[in-house]
Amino acid sequence: MFRVEDLKFSYGKKDILKGVNFEIDASDVISILGPNGCGKTTLLKLLLGFLKLSSGEIYFEGKAISTIKTKSFFQRVAYTPQIHEGAFGYLVKDVVLMGRMPYKSIFSNFNEADKKIAMQALETLGIEHLRDEIYTTLSGGQRQLVLIARALAQQADIFIMDEPVNGLDFGNQYKLLNKIKELSKNNLTFIKTSHYPDHVFFVSNKAIFLNKGEILDKGDPNVIIRKENIEKVYQLKSEVTSINNRKICVAI
Amino acid sequence: MRYIVGLIIILILVALFSLSLGQYELSISQIIDFFLYKMNIGTVDNALLMQNIIVEIRFPRIAGSILIGASLAVSGVAFQSMFKNPLVSPGILGVLSGASFGAALGMILFKEFIFIQAASLSFGILAVFIALFISMFNKQNQLIFLILGGVISSAFFSSLLSITKYMADPYDELPAIVYWLMGSLTLIDKHTIYVISIPILLGIASIIFLSKYLNILSLGDEEARSLGVNVKLMRSIIILIATLISALTVVLAGMIGWVGLVIPHIARLLFGSNNIIIVPIAALIGGIYLLIIDDLSRTMFNIEIPIGILTSLIGIPFFAYALKNTKKGWG
Repeated sequence: MFRVEDLKFSYGKKDILKGVNFEIDASDVISILGPNGCGKTTLLKLLLGFLKLSSGEIYFEGKAISTIKTKSFFQRVAYTPQIHEGAFGYLVKDVVLMGRMPYKSIFSNFNEADKKIAMQALETLGIEHLRDEIYTTLSGGQRQLVLIARALAQQADIFIMDEPVNGLDFGNQYKLLNKIKELSKNNLTFIKTSHYPDHVFFVSNKAIFLNKGEILDKGDPNVIIRKENIEKVYQLKSEVTSINNRKICVAI
Repeated sequence: MRYIVGLIIILILVALFSLSLGQYELSISQIIDFFLYKMNIGTVDNALLMQNIIVEIRFPRIAGSILIGASLAVSGVAFQSMFKNPLVSPGILGVLSGASFGAALGMILFKEFIFIQAASLSFGILAVFIALFISMFNKQNQLIFLILGGVISSAFFSSLLSITKYMADPYDELPAIVYWLMGSLTLIDKHTIYVISIPILLGIASIIFLSKYLNILSLGDEEARSLGVNVKLMRSIIILIATLISALTVVLAGMIGWVGLVIPHIARLLFGSNNIIIVPIAALIGGIYLLIIDDLSRTMFNIEIPIGILTSLIGIPFFAYALKNTKKGWG
């Protein structure tokens, strides 16, 4: 689905990504791990076409992404930013309805069918009771769910998420990860950045370790998340062990 | 929808009432009789005098107040959404400073009102182009550079305005400039309003038409793009339209402050934040508000009070009250 070939990106004279290669297949839940400033967010923004790559190429369904029309690309790909403070208090149902935007021309407005799709998205996530709430008054976990509902209303099959659990409490982190797990069974693909190896074990079938703009290791999280890699990337001693058949990574 | 109909009815009632106000007292039934007479239904006494007072004198001014109030409110909503900041007013990109300088310069160089108006419009638009040009210095933080560009452009034209005032003839031109800057609808005549109402109405209608994009643009550039919107194109189009209609308010009546900041807040306080609803509502509330303020300005005392003074005096406490009631984010 996505194929990234020798991707390089520099900001001014600073090289952020120095030749990155990987592939993403349908229904992957792929996590990008790495220290602060290693280029995770930059990589997501390149996949989304927000930034122009310096060299190399990103292919989406075999076509270079720079050649794909913005609207049709975002009918397939949805972006969930980190939780943000919106300036204006839109109602939850209006926020979700915005997901229908890639299907609208300048002359068409949201219609009943769009409203129905938006409602269904809220129901899928079990948050239809929030529809008349003001988005900016919701808790972080609820906001993140609303943004995912918006992505569902977009009827995208690829979700690109920048640190989706950032700012959520312990319970909400795992509730959100469970939602992602559940949704990925319906042929949806998730590409997300993460700071937590445990979460990657919990939810992902693939992971990428990014370090100083280069891929250190990629593949099955059970294989690549090991103490040698953790030490290289985070300069941290750790132990990977398992409890109840689930792997966890503990710092020591 | 029913709120919009309700506000349209209020607007018509206030307009009828405003037509009756003035030196020569007319009752509302006399005015309705006159309109019926114009539609060839019934008769009316003193038709010629009525024609003169209603059509030639009072109507242009009332239409002017409504259009100016609506323009400032709509461009206020548009700028606030685009800049993701509810404290922004239509002057953010320098249009009002530019237009004021243009008018002042026009008053010194020409005596014809039409040239003064042309100078005002041109410099208003020029000021915004300077702000847009400065924003292109930095591709990464375009929005912040746009605001900085607006600050620079505003400051530049304010200085030019000071120079113009300094050089103006203190007995004749300077009072005219100062009076203009306080805002006044006295100079609006039938001809001007007919010509200028067309671009103003088209501008307001276009922003109402594009209001769904205001919601999206208020999410920030990346999110807006991820919803399939061509951010730069859409923002440029809306900035140009909002600039045009706010420059035209200066052309009609000089500087009228606070309407573009206060009315969007009141609209949001009453009806929520969704721009698809708020833009037409703000247009109507803005029209009603400025019409009432203008009625006050011409009837409160024997002499007319410049409307810009009243919009600030009444708008500021109103605004403080609105802020006090803003509990949930911004409305």
